[in-house]
Amino acid sequence: MVMPQTDAAFRTDAVPAEVAVSARNISKTYGEVEALKNLSLEFPRGQLTSLLGPSGCGKTTLLKIIAGLLEPTSGEIVVNGKPVKGPGPDRAFVFQDFALLPWANVLRNVAFGLELRGVAKSEREDIAEKYIKEVGLAGFEKSFPHELSGGMRQRVGLARALSVDADVLLMDEPFSAVDEQTRRKFQEDLLNLVKHENKTFIFVTHSIEEAVYVSDQIAILLPRPSRVSEIIRPTGLRDKDVDMLRRDPEYLDIVDQIWASLRSYVE
Amino acid sequence: MTRSFALKLLSALLVFGAWEIAGRIPVSYAFPTFFDSMSALFRMAFDGSLFVAYAETLKPLVLGVAISAFIGIALGLWIGLSSWFDWLFSPIFVVMQAAPLAALIPLLVMAYGIGLTSKVFVVCIMAMPVIVLNTAGAVRNTPQNLKAMSHSFLATDRDVLLKVIIPAASPLIFSGLRLGVSAGFIGAILSELKITPTGVGDIITFSRSIADYPSMYAAIFSIILLAVLFLNLLEKIEITLFEGNVRGYASD
Repeated sequence: MVMPQTDAAFRTDAVPAEVAVSARNISKTYGEVEALKNLSLEFPRGQLTSLLGPSGCGKTTLLKIIAGLLEPTSGEIVVNGKPVKGPGPDRAFVFQDFALLPWANVLRNVAFGLELRGVAKSEREDIAEKYIKEVGLAGFEKSFPHELSGGMRQRVGLARALSVDADVLLMDEPFSAVDEQTRRKFQEDLLNLVKHENKTFIFVTHSIEEAVYVSDQIAILLPRPSRVSEIIRPTGLRDKDVDMLRRDPEYLDIVDQIWASLRSYVE
Repeated sequence: MTRSFALKLLSALLVFGAWEIAGRIPVSYAFPTFFDSMSALFRMAFDGSLFVAYAETLKPLVLGVAISAFIGIALGLWIGLSSWFDWLFSPIFVVMQAAPLAALIPLLVMAYGIGLTSKVFVVCIMAMPVIVLNTAGAVRNTPQNLKAMSHSFLATDRDVLLKVIIPAASPLIFSGLRLGVSAGFIGAILSELKITPTGVGDIITFSRSIADYPSMYAAIFSIILLAVLFLNLLEKIEITLFEGNVRGYASD
């Protein structure tokens, strides 16, 4: 499948895997403002793709269009060969501000996606309990969100997204509202998750280090109007020891390279 | 639990103590002491006249509060969900809330007579606006991110209403109910003072006319007590229905 790339300079070091999600010529305008212009991008299956760019570059808009929460002005999103018409069971969303129900305990929050799908109570609670354990919140099933720390709340949001067993996980700056130490732990956990769950991750971030640390593919978006300016695949990093990654020369080079191309856009 | 109970007891002691002292000075010949009022209350309770009076007063009160709660919440949801209904109905309730009710009672009597209907109307006019306006405001301010979240997890419109909008609005709906119910109690007594003296309104009017002030204050005290008990019941209902709402304000 060859997609017209208007503005993108590809660095195709590796043969791309099978495509799970593709954005085709997406444009989005809010009145006069052009948020996204003719943006095309492919997301390989089973890998994590980061959308990275300065604020206002439309990365969250693109993610919400993929989720089906926003409609593009033109262009289409194709997930597993089917065009997106709205939210679907093949995608799950992790929100920046967690979006937990404050009146529901952890168990019900995690099971909420399944509840909306009409899964019977005992069954959905079994599934939810499994994922609560998996994200490390065992023992907090009966706690309410206001009793949890920011990091724990985002684990609830993650468990909720995992429990609906969608192919594609959409994450909107999921770690930006948690503290630095928790964020590092999250990033390590995310690498494990990508390795062990056969899911496609689309990850919005404004942190260059975070993107290089966790991604198989980084799409750099430049603003006004947004387009993909560059795609970087830090393939060499993925086989290296996670504990050594942050002082790996290749890691540092890629971080510098991305900063060099972004710095002129940061006001 | 015990500490908050002790505090309640202390505050009751302070209020009743001040009442007793003010009655003994006395601040006015029309102001009885606390103990005189309580003995009048027990006398009316034992000879049954208090219960006969309440049987009469509770009719417009319960009917009016029930109508206000059901129709008020339903209308409030509707107004909150549709800007068109907001435009159509909101002004009515804003006017209703600001209207000097006592001055409007003669109009109600002309239209609906001196029976139960007019009294129910008075209770509704007092109770409904705050319930409607609180509910509508709460629905309009449903957190946007929770709606987006439920849509992304495939919620239908019905799911969003029942599982997100109503629970999110419930603290404000209940605070509207509390205010509305208190106003309804005022409305019920007002209607018995202004339309026809029946029930508790009759006790108040009659004992004032024969200068039996202890009985008059006993009747007033009993209606306040009933209102407080009812508001506590409402809080219990809220806690049972929406456990997660207990984040500080709805306690014990």
